Amino acid sequence: MFLSIKGLAKAFGELEVLKDIDVSLEKGKVLSIIGPSGSGKTTLLRCLNALEQPSRGVFSFEDGLVLDFEKKISKQDWLRLRRKSGMVFQSYNLFPHKTALENVTEGPIIVQKRDKTEVQEMAERLLDKVGLKDKMHLYPHQLSGGQQQRVGIARALAIEPELMLFDEPTSALDPELIGEVLGVIKDLANEGWTMVIVTHELHFAEQVSDEVVFMDGGYIVEKGVPEKVLKSPQEKRTQQFLQRILNP
Amino acid sequence: MYLLNNLLMTITADMGGWELFKNSLLPMITGGIKYTIPLTLIAFTAGLILALLTAVMRLSGSRLVRAPAIAYVSAIRGTPMLVQLFIVFYGLPSLNVTIDPFPSAIIAFSLNVGAYASEIIRASILSIPKGQWEAGYTVGMTHNTALRRIILPQAARVSIPPLSNTFISLVKDTSLASLILVTELFRRAQEIAARTYDFMLIYVEAAILYWVICFLLSLAQEAIERRLARYTAR
Repeated sequence: MFLSIKGLAKAFGELEVLKDIDVSLEKGKVLSIIGPSGSGKTTLLRCLNALEQPSRGVFSFEDGLVLDFEKKISKQDWLRLRRKSGMVFQSYNLFPHKTALENVTEGPIIVQKRDKTEVQEMAERLLDKVGLKDKMHLYPHQLSGGQQQRVGIARALAIEPELMLFDEPTSALDPELIGEVLGVIKDLANEGWTMVIVTHELHFAEQVSDEVVFMDGGYIVEKGVPEKVLKSPQEKRTQQFLQRILNP
Repeated sequence: MYLLNNLLMTITADMGGWELFKNSLLPMITGGIKYTIPLTLIAFTAGLILALLTAVMRLSGSRLVRAPAIAYVSAIRGTPMLVQLFIVFYGLPSLNVTIDPFPSAIIAFSLNVGAYASEIIRASILSIPKGQWEAGYTVGMTHNTALRRIILPQAARVSIPPLSNTFISLVKDTSLASLILVTELFRRAQEIAARTYDFMLIYVEAAILYWVICFLLSLAQEAIERRLARYTAR
């Protein structure tokens, strides 16, 4: 098991966003999280990247890293947690003062202090992979939303994470640009990346996921293989949610 | 209109006035080059460094770090520039600290600019979306690295127009240094006026020189803004 999460909870002041989450993730598998807004799915993803500090719960990684959030967590362990994963944001969050290529090389060169020429070559390869080799010297504002998000994916891949996290990667995109981003994510799934994807694209989730989790009100309501959760859900709340999305 | 008419008469009708205007140019420009401009540049540079430090301190999570920064900004903004200048030049000697006029002016103006500019820099840092910090964190950056590599370059662009304002104000405020015996542009003007009694002519001449300096500076500001705006669609 690459990562197992037990009893994860997160509160913002009085507001409990995550209540008691148990979920595990196998190496090379894709987990999709669906659910209504406010269900806690983005917060769960942000906890995995240490962008939020969980209030309770335990993360146990395959390599022996264990974080028990009821105890004090050392700075090193926070950093180890963060460096396990690459994050792709809903609103891309590219660095506007850097070119596409510089966005990708920033982490490896500045943080990881890797060799500049090597990183440069790797970044070009990554941008080529997401179909943007000819755009690598452009600034984010010169790119379309779909292109920016693909740079965002390349930037996250460049730090060589073990886990890729996607926070509604296509929610800010025009409909005709969604396909190009989903295509890149599908390629990554086929290459065997371990991924967690928060998404509203049910059809995509069905194609790409090994497991789907439906969240509501800070709980995991239902989880299982996509055919089961998305096609014949057992829980009433899952059925209602799917009904609303599929027949608005 | 009446004033303008009188002024033109003073300068043109009387050729002596024109001579005086020409003869006063050199001492005033010399004062500008030797004192006004160096004082402005040095105080602004030192002030900016101080401002950056103060702004970062004010954004710290620790109260102990924030408190001195807040006190400094409050004290400087709550007291007149002239009083600050007098405390450094006329006040400190009674504590056995005697500083020459020019360095006194540099100290007082740097402290003054530091406080005002720190508020501009702080607001600029706060104006950068939270997602930029987070994007920095997710590629492995610490708070300080994200600040230096991601936030400050973007904040710099935002802060150029208000900082230019501070800079241009500073050029004019340096005339206060005349009151602690720095022989800058306006002090030269006062000396000439005291000798010739041609107050209107001389002070208008000084005003024109300040105006020219500020005009040139605003051209420089536009050039910097254009350069920093290269990565944004406008």
